[in-house]
Amino acid sequence: MKRTNRDRRRFLKQGAAVAGLVATPQALELAGGSAAAAAQTVVDHNALESVLYGKRSRFVTTTREVEGRSHSEQTLIRPHPHRPSARTPLAELTGTITPTPLHFTTQHHYGIPDINPDEHTLRVEGLVDRPLVFTMDELRRLPFVSRVYFLECVGNRPNPRAETVTGTHGRMGCSEWTGVPLSVLLDEVGLRDAASWIVAEAADGGKHTKSIPLGKALDDVLVAYGQNGEPVRPDHGYPLRLVVPGFEGIYNVKWLKRIKVVDQPYLSFQEHSRFLTPNPKTQRDAYDFGPNSVITQPSGGQELQAHGAHVISGLAWSGSGAVRKVEVSTDGGATYREAELAGPVLPKAHTRFYLPWRWNGEEAVLQSRCLDERDQLQPTEAEYARYWNLTRGQLYGTVQSQLGHCNWIQPWKVGRDGKVTNGLEPVDVVVDVHA
Amino acid sequence: MSERNIARWTACATRGAVVSARRRTRLGGAVALLAAALLSGGALQAQETVSPSGLGRPLTDAEQHDRIVGPEGADLPPGSGTAAEGEMVFARRGCSACHGPTGLEGPSIALVGGDITTRSNYFPIRHWPFAPSIWDYIRRVMPYDRPGILSDDETYAVTAWLLYRNGIIQQEEVMTAETLAEVRMPGRDDYQQPGTWTPETRRGFRILTEP
Repeated sequence: MKRTNRDRRRFLKQGAAVAGLVATPQALELAGGSAAAAAQTVVDHNALESVLYGKRSRFVTTTREVEGRSHSEQTLIRPHPHRPSARTPLAELTGTITPTPLHFTTQHHYGIPDINPDEHTLRVEGLVDRPLVFTMDELRRLPFVSRVYFLECVGNRPNPRAETVTGTHGRMGCSEWTGVPLSVLLDEVGLRDAASWIVAEAADGGKHTKSIPLGKALDDVLVAYGQNGEPVRPDHGYPLRLVVPGFEGIYNVKWLKRIKVVDQPYLSFQEHSRFLTPNPKTQRDAYDFGPNSVITQPSGGQELQAHGAHVISGLAWSGSGAVRKVEVSTDGGATYREAELAGPVLPKAHTRFYLPWRWNGEEAVLQSRCLDERDQLQPTEAEYARYWNLTRGQLYGTVQSQLGHCNWIQPWKVGRDGKVTNGLEPVDVVVDVHA
Repeated sequence: MSERNIARWTACATRGAVVSARRRTRLGGAVALLAAALLSGGALQAQETVSPSGLGRPLTDAEQHDRIVGPEGADLPPGSGTAAEGEMVFARRGCSACHGPTGLEGPSIALVGGDITTRSNYFPIRHWPFAPSIWDYIRRVMPYDRPGILSDDETYAVTAWLLYRNGIIQQEEVMTAETLAEVRMPGRDDYQQPGTWTPETRRGFRILTEP
């Protein structure tokens, strides 16, 4: 009898573990549960599947945060399953590397292609001496590098007044990428004199196509097959993707299947339709990100449980190079103190900073600012708006959503009750300059 | 971090005769130089077809035909089509199943008209900066469920029909590689070409010292 009970318990445990495997956020949401409910799921760390592929503690339930339905998703019909955007849970992470399953992914109108690496090839053509097609096996026989780079959506900061840091800054992550420098591949095919741009094409249903200046392509762009020590995962571009360090996310073409060397930017559909606006007021060169930083701990939605010792910690990064210095203010920017860089400090990579802090129970406004290796300093919201000659309402309206690159300082307000809220003032009027 | 100094192959004369940078170091510079000198005659000739590594194969005919077309018409293939033909292709190839019989009814986005300032449409065709980009997109991406099934002629025809329906060309105009490249889109001047980029280029709006 005793034995039977134990067997039954084991059966239940294994069943729960299997259920846990498919407990996606959506599935949990559908089931009326939450990520916290997953904590009830018992994981058998001695089971063969856990031995083969390690599992998290059942008390660690961090997931990506799925974003709402977009305008385009509502108005388009597709034969491919739509995949919504999902943000990186920044407040739950430590260090600088974003675990791949938690790394943000943008919405994919055309779903995630299912690519057999044995059949996948990369074609390099255009203004070259020798148009060539490389198999995945051949690409792995070329010289390679491993580099740590952040990857950020141009539309990060979708709502600067969001409640949490995942809501304000979650469209970014940082990985170690392994692959062939694009400069090596371009040497393989031989560039012709007229070459000045490249066009990269994806193998997804939409054939995502992006123009990249040749100077950048020859500098540090990678044709990556590895992410954080394993093959790039399907939702990040398996088996091959472009990594364009410091540039807007859209440049980092997933499921890379073609590089065409050309003599002008192509402004193809995905480039002009949503990422270049014909409104002269919002014209910009849309390449690399400016210096940026955000405090992830403590951050919006958290609560300080006690007075006394705390550590203020966050991430700093710049598309122009390495972070030189991060300063932290606990009084809303009146005074700043230099934070410690926890290391490693790498160019175009997330850099972890911290500052020991004693909370005395009074109100405090915590914010950070980043100075990069080219002496570019992260602006305040007012400075950013002044540069574009915009009112605050305009900044938060259409212009903000179209400009991207919203790298102004993010304040978090700590109340006397220890609750942390977004420190940016409410916006009264949102003016759509298109109207 | 520039990757220009990564170890790589010296040029090789024939496929398989690869001398890696690492091996060259082991052999010593003199040997490598001698080898390079011996090979240089053949290497110059072979450079046209063989990559430094010897890896990669030439494009097949089918691959050469699958092209990305430039905004000003670069690499548009031979072929032609008119709006009248395009209207028939639109129905025959199932475009109308998503976009409606006249390109307006949906359920997917309207292909005719639309005002970019209201964002009521995903992105109106008449605001595309280059006409050959329309051909390029249709040829590579459409129809969603069977991309690539349209022939070059059919793609010229559908492009002509869409340009006509949007009031950009006349009904009788024949679209070819030459005429399509000459079509001036009404919103062309609203776009600026992206500027050049170098690692030293500073981007204005993030520099505090600027106004």
